[in-house]
Amino acid sequence: MTPVGDEAGRIGHNGSDSKSPLAAVKNLRKVYSVQRGFFGRKSRYLRAVDGISLSVFPGETFGLVGESGCGKSTLARLILRLEEPTGGQVLFRGQDLETLSSRELRGLRKHMQMVFQDPYSSLNPAKRVGWLIAEPLVIHGVGNGSEIHDRVGSLMEEVGLNPKDRNRFPHQFSGGQRQRIGIARALALNPDLIVADEPVSALDVSVQAQVLRLLENLQKKHNLTYLIIAHDLGVVHYISDRIGVMYLGTLMDIASKEQFLNPPFHPYTEALLKAAPRIERTGTESKYAPLQGDVPSPLSPPPGCRFHTRCPYADMVCRKEPPLLEDKGNGHFMACHFR
Amino acid sequence: MAETILRLENIVTIFDTDHGPLRAVDGVSFEIETGSTVCVVGESGCGKSATALSVLRLVPPNIGRIAQGSIFFRERNLLDLSEAEMRAVRGNHISMIFQEPMTSLNPVFTVGDQIGEMYRTHLGMTTSEALAKASEVMNLVGIPDPHVRIREYPHQMSGGMRQRVIIAMAVACEPDLMIADEPTTALDATIQAQILALMNDLKAKKRTSMLFITHNLAVVREMADRVIVMYAGRVFETADADDFFAGPLHPYTEGLFRSVPVLGRNKPLEPIPGIVPDYFHLPRGCTFSDRCPYAFEPCSTEEPPLFAEDHGTHQVRCYRYDPRWR
Repeated sequence: MTPVGDEAGRIGHNGSDSKSPLAAVKNLRKVYSVQRGFFGRKSRYLRAVDGISLSVFPGETFGLVGESGCGKSTLARLILRLEEPTGGQVLFRGQDLETLSSRELRGLRKHMQMVFQDPYSSLNPAKRVGWLIAEPLVIHGVGNGSEIHDRVGSLMEEVGLNPKDRNRFPHQFSGGQRQRIGIARALALNPDLIVADEPVSALDVSVQAQVLRLLENLQKKHNLTYLIIAHDLGVVHYISDRIGVMYLGTLMDIASKEQFLNPPFHPYTEALLKAAPRIERTGTESKYAPLQGDVPSPLSPPPGCRFHTRCPYADMVCRKEPPLLEDKGNGHFMACHFR
Repeated sequence: MAETILRLENIVTIFDTDHGPLRAVDGVSFEIETGSTVCVVGESGCGKSATALSVLRLVPPNIGRIAQGSIFFRERNLLDLSEAEMRAVRGNHISMIFQEPMTSLNPVFTVGDQIGEMYRTHLGMTTSEALAKASEVMNLVGIPDPHVRIREYPHQMSGGMRQRVIIAMAVACEPDLMIADEPTTALDATIQAQILALMNDLKAKKRTSMLFITHNLAVVREMADRVIVMYAGRVFETADADDFFAGPLHPYTEGLFRSVPVLGRNKPLEPIPGIVPDYFHLPRGCTFSDRCPYAFEPCSTEEPPLFAEDHGTHQVRCYRYDPRWR
């Protein structure tokens, strides 16, 4: 077993620091080269994920938030090995995915599945729903014809679809039902880890709540581990045990559910919390003073702390020294010189 | 007594579909007081965007039409105007902000040209006058270095900056009424906060009235003076914002509130069962009756009218508030 070491996220997961992580990344980097200029001769580098370490423990839900372009979706794809990292390691059950043969990797893939944001574009419109849900079983050679037929029926029931609808096409279902189809596909192989990239952001409020409840119930029943990416703080906080906050390719903050909403805050997390419009007003919060400026271009991120250009607390040191993601005691990890 | 800038009376907007005519807006009435913001909230397909398009008479004629009702802007009924008269109203007196900033800007003209066009078309300014005004209004909406950025094309700007350009175009002629359809839905959280603050700021400075369409109750909380909840083309509930958030009355609204994860509230979500109904298979009686936990016998026979609560300012389409049953 690979030792967990001291990387972020070991402590603070409801007292389970003796457990080994199900999935972990160490100093993970992904750099894309972006062609510019005539005939694309000049290239520039986009550091989508720039030195991230984190662990996801069995049975927990780890939420990743951040604004567009922060690298959260790239990180998810790297963990599932849908993309090759430029540097660093991805470990699943302690095994370094890079050291595996493609056959071994395929075997491991059964245990990690993905749910996509857009149920409209992630399902083949020419295939019937029964076929779509059976596809992972067929690819991995699990079961014979009648076994697969039965399994598809029970999966459909489990996610709240009527098994009688197995011969219908995706367009005959509503958005929420299509997301249920996506979840049934992800569940088919009894995975340990489900990575979901914005699983509810395309859905209406009432349907969003149904899908979140479904994810919660499935987690309890099958002891699933979730890595859930979303931009909606309410959704992420609701579903997660721990929350990671990303900004321009780096992890700024890893907080438990309670830590996330209570001081001391990471300045960027604080800004996100202040920016989130609230239904419930306590009357104590200031009428918000929104964070100024835009997220800088990931092609030329600022030196030092990447957030310093927008941070109300930034000082000289922040412009020069990138802060390390450190445990501030009690398992709350922050990358900030002043916290 | 505050004056009314916009009054919709029993508007019915019909879309022609392959399955026949669809009443996307089905007898909607409300008014906007000068200087206030009315938010229309609801899920996809409830008719909120169709209502906004109807006010500007932008429902494409090959797709649908306003079949019934009146839309009074000040004292004029917009539905009586000629197309030429309507063009003069759009942009000049009533402007519109759409959700997607990239598709509402023309990629081959600079943003200065596009903002300036408002001044040239509606106020008859020369090109150089219009550019000077464009730079001024860009400054007003918080675009840094407007004299430089005036020469940029939309693709050179971030999403937040493009939405500011759209807002600059919308406020250019100092309209009396701004209609915004999900103006921040495509934006990141910190940028959304900036844009909402900007819109509230403009409203305070210019006393612009607003019709604001959104699916997000938290955004409604930030923006609204008055709230309208729509479901399947109908107004289900309408109230002053403070009354609405203190105690939503309609079972559907209650369900929406229980479906939204609220930061700091650790109760499990209680989703509304079922799905938004198909317009061609609406339940008999109240269109929400098949999903409603409180439905009782009159609900599935006849559609309830709007009942008044809170001394008449709060109206709700639900038999639970029918004096006969309580």
